[in-house]
Amino acid sequence: MENVSVIGTQNKKGQVITDPRVMMNEAPRTPSFYTGSEVIKEAVRRANVDVMVAYPITPQSEAAALCGELFAEGYIGDYFRGESEFAVMSQCAGSAFGGARVFTTTAGPGTLRAMENFPMWAGARLPIQCIVTCRGINSPLSIQPDTIEIAYLMNTGMLVWHAETAQDFYDWILKGYMVSEEPDVHLPLALCCDGFFVTHTKDTVDLTPADMCLPPYDPYRSPVPCMDMECPPVRMMRDPFVMKSNYISYATHASWQQEIWAAAERSRKHTIAWLDGLIDTENLDAEVLIVASGTAVSQGREAIRLLADEGIRVGLVKIKTLRPWPQEELREATKHATHIIVPEFNVIGWLAREIKSTIPRPERVIAGPRVCGGMTMPPEIIVEEIKKALGVRSEVLAGRGG
Amino acid sequence: MSLNYVKFSPGFEAFMPKEYRDMVEHGPFGKKTTVSQMGSFKEILEEHPMCAGCAMTLFIRLAVIAVPNPEDTIMVGTAGCGRLAISQAAIPFVYGNYGDQNGVASGLSRGLRIRFGDQPKDVVVMAGDGGTADIGFQQVLHSWFRKERFTTIMLDNEVYGNTGGQESGMTTRGAVLKMAPLGKKFEKMDMVAMAKIAGCAYIATVVPNTPRRVESCIKKAVLIAREVGPTYIQAYTSCNIEYAIPTDQVMADAKAVEDDRYKFAEYVSDEAKEYLTARYGYKEFVQKPAAAVTHA
Ligand SMILES: Cc1ncc(C[n+]2csc(CCOP(=O)(O)OP(=O)(O)O)c2C)c(N)n1
Ligand code: SF4
Ligand SMILES: [Mg+2]
Repeated sequence: MENVSVIGTQNKKGQVITDPRVMMNEAPRTPSFYTGSEVIKEAVRRANVDVMVAYPITPQSEAAALCGELFAEGYIGDYFRGESEFAVMSQCAGSAFGGARVFTTTAGPGTLRAMENFPMWAGARLPIQCIVTCRGINSPLSIQPDTIEIAYLMNTGMLVWHAETAQDFYDWILKGYMVSEEPDVHLPLALCCDGFFVTHTKDTVDLTPADMCLPPYDPYRSPVPCMDMECPPVRMMRDPFVMKSNYISYATHASWQQEIWAAAERSRKHTIAWLDGLIDTENLDAEVLIVASGTAVSQGREAIRLLADEGIRVGLVKIKTLRPWPQEELREATKHATHIIVPEFNVIGWLAREIKSTIPRPERVIAGPRVCGGMTMPPEIIVEEIKKALGVRSEVLAGRGG
Repeated sequence: MSLNYVKFSPGFEAFMPKEYRDMVEHGPFGKKTTVSQMGSFKEILEEHPMCAGCAMTLFIRLAVIAVPNPEDTIMVGTAGCGRLAISQAAIPFVYGNYGDQNGVASGLSRGLRIRFGDQPKDVVVMAGDGGTADIGFQQVLHSWFRKERFTTIMLDNEVYGNTGGQESGMTTRGAVLKMAPLGKKFEKMDMVAMAKIAGCAYIATVVPNTPRRVESCIKKAVLIAREVGPTYIQAYTSCNIEYAIPTDQVMADAKAVEDDRYKFAEYVSDEAKEYLTARYGYKEFVQKPAAAVTHA
């Protein structure tokens, strides 16, 4: 295959295909006041996406529809509404099998409806990007923000990143493709955010120029052949292992599963370079640390400010990627802490569990405060949790008992 | 299209398994093969695990030979017996999840069109009756309603064969099978009628004991799907194990079922007729000139 650089040439829409490092790190940025949904659209505009499949579910419907406008304007090769999230993710798989760069969005019940597809994507090494604007999953029906679905996604073999702000979202959609599509990674990415809090609020986001876009996806860099009949070897599934001896079958599947998780591990180096580390930290020498992901980080920052007014110093760890999991980083960051507060927007506290299983002396972890079902997380309840841990008297918060 | 994908990478010839070498050296690629030459070239690997005498295997072999452009065809399959042989054919095979084959094919066909324009890359789905009419029903119907341009072939053995003989929507009423201990309570689903309502441009019902007809129907279906719209072939492919058909009776059973509920029927939309005639020189749809009417 010829190796001609596409950098500097134009895509169908006339955008200049730009070296992603130049585009993301050096190109001028324009501050723009947008909702999270609009920010998704603006990132996709610059992502050179071939196919997007959409399906309505709050709170991602608006973003998915805005991407439809991009298609109408000629920024996306093909776009349509599927008939269910399971179908959408299958359709995404088909396009990715055929060598296309694929984008989709879902939330809550949609994520669970589609679930069978996520390990399939990972197993088939399809670098699809799926935005997950988290929302509750329970009966009776809830459309409120809640991050419970991330607990399920973390065990699919996908890369899972958790954005805090619209700015994260903008940058990570574009950077996400760069990491996902690396030949030694080639895995799907679930790029999660807390629904409504990020999608439906306006924020100032620094955008890269609209006339620059990412290089197109090159399916021939895939570690498994794309199914376009242009690329040897001829078949993907040379032998259906279910018919072989159990030994061959389980040996094959076991080694492939390990390879998928190894690929997620190999994404670490690329992710560290693109996201400037898997975690961000502030004041790690403090006795008390808040460790969080998503908008719980923002609430944590507010709590830290309130506590600073009272002379209590608290540090912060923002976890950006859940898969790969920043194990070493967390061990190092929590070295000095005596109390590790993990505020979460879900009932089970999956992040606290994950941290407890990672760091020495897990009894330091306080798995809360947790809100769920759409409740907001006032910084005051984080403050209260910290004071309780430190044995400092605090005013009783209204409605929370004595 | 490039035939490079069925060549050896230089230096690797000696290390490839024999089946692979046979496929490269004696495969149907770049040749126009027909079912009457069956056995003289390599359309499928010997080592498929389907039951002895299984009519589905024969049908799959016919289908693989019949596709008009094997070097530019991708088969999409799903869980079920058929997949065990389809994935052994000398044609790329994609598998997603059970029942999502028409969704995968929709995405694949669109993705390939975005990348290669309308240069033909044929997508052909082959899935069981359970996969097509039960668990995949929604995605099958919607792909037809959306007018997705690929061919759907149902391998109808009227049972869930691969999981050991359970009732499916395509089972005939009254049949006693696993999970229908008192006999099936409702009629065999009329998927042909549904294909018509959903707008398929070509529909045919076939049985494997008429190889030339199978070949001709599949060719038409694939050609029409390239440009006109979705096409559907429903094939009776008995399960001799679950229906206890002695292997030497498999063809007789197919004949009996053909006479009973699988009579050959073909629907070709007007647009498809015009297209086959104009583009591929088909003569069978040319309107015979009406006899001159004389007015006294
Ligand atoms: C989601 C899911 N449900 C169930 C199965 C189990 N399963 C595998 S093959 C099969 C039956 C296939 O029947 P059919 O589609 O008619 O194909 P056949 O084996 O008869 O050719 C089933 C139920 C599965 N693989 N995935
Ligand atoms: S179980 Fe039935 S359909 Fe499946 S391979 Fe055996 S005979 Fe064929
Ligand atoms: Mg069946």
